[in-house]
Amino acid sequence: MKFLVCISKVPDTTSKIDFTDNNSKFNEAGVQFIVNPYDEWYALVRALELKESLGGSVTTITVGPATDEPIIRKALAIGADNAVRINAEPGDAYFTAHQIAEYAKANAFDVVLTGKETINYNGSQIGGMVAELMGTPYISLATKMDLNGNTATLEKEMVGGVEIVEVNTPFVLSAAKGMAEQRIPNMRGIMAARTKPLEVIEPVPCDDLTSFVSFELPPEKSEVKLVDADNIGELVNLLHNEAKVI
Amino acid sequence: MSTDLYTHPDYYNMDDLLSDEHKLIRDTARAWVKQNVSPIIEDYYERADFPKQIIPGLGEIGAFGPYIPTEYGGPGLDQISYGLIMQELERCDSGLRSTSSVQSSLVMYPIWKYGSEEQKQKFLPKLASGEFLGCFGLTEPDHGSNPGGMITNFKDMGDHYLLNGAKMWISNAPLSDVAVVWAKNEEGRIHGLLVEKGMEGFSAPEMHGKLSLRASITGELIFNDVKVPKENLLPGRSGLGAPLSCLDSARYGIAWGALGAAMDCYDQALRYSKERIQFGVPIGAFQLTQKKLAEMITEITKAQLLTFRLGQLRNDGKATSAQISMAKRNNVEIALNIAREARQILGGMGITNEYSIMRHMANLESVVTYEGTHDIHLLITGMDVTGIPSFTREAPDLSKMK
Ligand SMILES: Cc1cc2nc3c(=O)[nH]c(=O)nc-3n(C[C@H](O)[C@H](O)[C@H](O)COP(=O)(O)OP(=O)(O)OC[C@H]3O[C@@H](n4cnc5c(N)ncnc54)[C@H](O)[C@@H]3O)c2cc1C
Repeated sequence: MKFLVCISKVPDTTSKIDFTDNNSKFNEAGVQFIVNPYDEWYALVRALELKESLGGSVTTITVGPATDEPIIRKALAIGADNAVRINAEPGDAYFTAHQIAEYAKANAFDVVLTGKETINYNGSQIGGMVAELMGTPYISLATKMDLNGNTATLEKEMVGGVEIVEVNTPFVLSAAKGMAEQRIPNMRGIMAARTKPLEVIEPVPCDDLTSFVSFELPPEKSEVKLVDADNIGELVNLLHNEAKVI
Repeated sequence: MSTDLYTHPDYYNMDDLLSDEHKLIRDTARAWVKQNVSPIIEDYYERADFPKQIIPGLGEIGAFGPYIPTEYGGPGLDQISYGLIMQELERCDSGLRSTSSVQSSLVMYPIWKYGSEEQKQKFLPKLASGEFLGCFGLTEPDHGSNPGGMITNFKDMGDHYLLNGAKMWISNAPLSDVAVVWAKNEEGRIHGLLVEKGMEGFSAPEMHGKLSLRASITGELIFNDVKVPKENLLPGRSGLGAPLSCLDSARYGIAWGALGAAMDCYDQALRYSKERIQFGVPIGAFQLTQKKLAEMITEITKAQLLTFRLGQLRNDGKATSAQISMAKRNNVEIALNIAREARQILGGMGITNEYSIMRHMANLESVVTYEGTHDIHLLITGMDVTGIPSFTREAPDLSKMK
């Protein structure tokens, strides 16, 4: 089984978020970057588990500049066999998906895994686009995956229940919480990552279909008003007249 | 204890001086500590118990002999990686770091540097993985700061050595598979012997009643006519310089570690000062709180620079014992001061086990004493700059005066 796991770089959750260039660009100064948790904890780890039980290989792919290499090395330290970096600033989701799909098609992967979203842009678009561009099925938000021969059984959560899907390889999935448990690399993995292949490939020509006009921070949290437990009347009044929610 | 939210202060962008691999090693150690130790440490500390179940994990993150070459089962990392791992461990608890320091610098280091090839093959891979735990016996009941006066001794009996004496204050002792024991031969020369668990006449009872370093296990080593096979003598070096060189390596790790404890106290105090409201404002708005925080981060930043430079010197094999003494002494002192100030910022909450500050403070009272007391390190610096030793009340030897 050949697995391809899409890995992207995101700011650490404790980072201060602000923007430059007229609020159209994220300010990376002083920000710590990590592997997108959905890619790392769920997609990558499940691919590794399946590889460990069924055999095969796990390749990671990242569309990004050389500054993404530390997070790629981390994925290798966790256990991926080799990595590919498409040497381009990731533009919009279409550009990124196009690069991934081109590589995936040319290298005949059985399963392409993405995280359900990145924790910075939360776009959830890459998986679907990659599947469409490859002409394969797409299962989004999967919480479980098992493979039997060329048939995969996946579970995804839905309101009030679970949906069980069967699909034949090749296919693309996006992984949600539940798919696997976070793995912390060990020293042997970190040492092995030094020498694992990290191939850099130039992007195929492709135009962005969208562009970021500007970003806005959410409004500051306003002060909390505490209402005495005995004073239900005032609470109702505030909810009705001030918050206007009832 | 509440959720471990630690992030390290980096006022002078020290991270820019680290390689990507350094950062990966550090972040891995931190993630492992947060997942496996932070949730349980207070409980073990309170019960004065050592969490044995974490030993294999310490091996996996490379905390046992980080610089031991891969041919002996170690990770073969540089000295800065070693320092960073110690920093992450002590950031959580000095006892955790002590366990790993002893194993790395006081057990694996002498076997690697002074052991025979057979000794290296036999012990190093198992110590690196955590399958074996080791300890280091230098201090005796009547010989602490003056280990050269030790009375533990061994006699050559032809086909074996006969070891007698007792060691005290020995970290890891009751759980150890192997003890590196420093003892005098019939001529009074100090040698290292590898004493293995189960040897007849050898026992390692636990010492109780520590009010510091409670999550690290400490014991005595008692040798009653212990027959030690001749192949268990460390052949590579003898004299007091042999154990002292191990202490250099351990003290270097402590310098990084104590700084980790300081950084943890500062991190918590800073966060608390922004959240705790008194007189209608966060307490961080008061000048007196800001003074404390500003002085803490200044001392931390100075110590980070000193420690990183020492790491470079260690990597180049150029760090002197006296340079290491200065860093150990300075970093433990600032850590103690920062712990005390941070505790005050947290007010009453600062004395509870919801926060790690009080535990750090109590732990650091051991760290300021072991591996050379605060004052002994001062005398080392004094001797280094003047050339005159002043450890005894005898007339000083002026022959090497600078
Ligand atoms: C928790 C813990 C773990 C330890 N683990 C180990 C271990 O694994 N292996 C090991 O071998 N040892 C270990 N030790 C022992 C430790 O190294 C000694 O406690 C330390 O060296 C001090 O010795 P002492 O306690 O006998 O104090 P002393 O040497 O009696 O010192 C008492 C005081 O006198 C001062 N003093 C002594 N000599 C002078 C002088 N010349 N000039 C000025 N002041 C002086 C000291 O600074 C100190 O303030 C451990 C200790 C502790 C507390």
